[in-house]
Amino acid sequence: MTAHDVEPGKVHPGKPVTVDRYTVGARINHWITAASLIVLALSGLALFHPSLFFLSGLFGGGQFTRLIHPWIGVVLFFSFFGLFIRFWKANLWKREDGTWLARIRDVLANHEENVPEVGKYNAGQKFVFWAMSVLIVILISSGLVIWDQYFSAYTTVGQQRVALLIHAIAAVAIIGVWIIHAYSALWVRGTIPAMVRGSVTGGWAWRHHRKWLRELVTKPGGRSGSKPAE
Amino acid sequence: MFPPLPNPSTTDTAPRFSEKDLIRRSASTVPAPKQQLTEVAKLIDVSKCIGCKACQTACIEWNDTHPEVGVFDGVFENPPDLTPDMFTLMRFSEWENPETDNLEWLIRKDGCMHCADPGCLKACPAPGAIVQYSNGIVDFVHENCIGCGYCIKGCPFNIPRISKVDHTAYKCTLCSDRVAVGQGPACAKACPTQAIVFGTKEEMKQHAEGRITDLKARGYANAGLYDPPGVGGTHVMYVLHHADQPELYSGLPKEPKISPLVEAWKGITKYAGLTVLGVAAGVGLLHHLVMGPNRVSDTDEENAERLVRSDRHDSA
Repeated sequence: MTAHDVEPGKVHPGKPVTVDRYTVGARINHWITAASLIVLALSGLALFHPSLFFLSGLFGGGQFTRLIHPWIGVVLFFSFFGLFIRFWKANLWKREDGTWLARIRDVLANHEENVPEVGKYNAGQKFVFWAMSVLIVILISSGLVIWDQYFSAYTTVGQQRVALLIHAIAAVAIIGVWIIHAYSALWVRGTIPAMVRGSVTGGWAWRHHRKWLRELVTKPGGRSGSKPAE
Repeated sequence: MFPPLPNPSTTDTAPRFSEKDLIRRSASTVPAPKQQLTEVAKLIDVSKCIGCKACQTACIEWNDTHPEVGVFDGVFENPPDLTPDMFTLMRFSEWENPETDNLEWLIRKDGCMHCADPGCLKACPAPGAIVQYSNGIVDFVHENCIGCGYCIKGCPFNIPRISKVDHTAYKCTLCSDRVAVGQGPACAKACPTQAIVFGTKEEMKQHAEGRITDLKARGYANAGLYDPPGVGGTHVMYVLHHADQPELYSGLPKEPKISPLVEAWKGITKYAGLTVLGVAAGVGLLHHLVMGPNRVSDTDEENAERLVRSDRHDSA
């Protein structure tokens, strides 16, 4: 975690320029979290609405769905905690984020030239990060209260009812945030390689995170090789 | 005295109700039954109960459960609470009546009330794990149960218990298997004082009337029937000498109803939740169709190359 998840990565000159965005550790960490979240959403939705109960078939039936859902939740919690440690600093709110958010219409209309230059994350990504962080804490704490097999004796039925309602609402919210996250990654082309291969093109960084690119370029040692490669 | 149910005949009897008589099935729908069965009910007259626990024993025996042998912890309740192996429990409370200065020993046989509007069934996510017959019996179908414990949260009386052995929920069945062949519940059969009687709901109400009149004549001015309307009435009813204070009987709720939290969770949240997610996915799709992808242009790449190159010249 000492690499460029928290410290800036390197810019590799070439045609096109490539920019390191995520270390291999961060990518593995991300995909464990992603897989957990998807399994949790599918198994949770099976228990949420009768019309989706058929999803329990993916996990070997209702009993097994009930059994694994909370355990996957524990995996997600610790996995996301790793991501939180890696990314929280880069997700602190900056002055330009307010302006970016105020011009979200331009962003959605693919007119990024009208919004301020942003660092490693824009306000939308920061929203996703903090929403995920808060919702995961809500989900794990309410989830433990309704984990009947091990924790039913520690709370009253009245408290468990509150936890059930909170858990359901938070789960809907986090799936909503996930839709925003996944859609944005698809809509903004060139984003997915960041989490697959670990790097993006210079053009992608210039277009979406110019302030971050400038910081990397001007930072001593920010470019690969002490001498020009040409 | 209410005429006891006759002993079973030795010939085979076809069950009097079956899956065709379901009026509710958890997390699924059932076609309206062709015929409405006569509603049945168990009437528990607490004023006649002597606390002998014959009902508990009969329940264990008929349902072939094997409760763990417990330890004596200084109270009359044995076991101390309902368990997956103990579907009914005598609860004892000692109450000093401030009006008469008498110590009253209030004994209530606790167990499933077989609500007309069952909270357990409403909360259950597993199709067909909880069913309700048109005669009023609410039953758990174990092969469909997933052991989540939502029924416990749905129940206004805190009755279902999850087995740690097979991870399914258990509660009183009103001896649906006995009732199906014209018998009454095992507890009613065993009760030596007729504190528990079984019949049609109408018969039970009439029988309760007589009991209440008798109790009132003997000084219990507030004697009455416990058939709480908040859950649509129940198919296990109590005659209470203090019907105005049901809480005296080991916390029998005064106005039980399905918790508004459970109603919100199984009502608006369920529908609004799926709608919100559907809309979010739809908006994403629409946005992509209208606005198209956000692609990096060649100019962006050239700008980045120029930036990297110019910086190199600056620092060189």
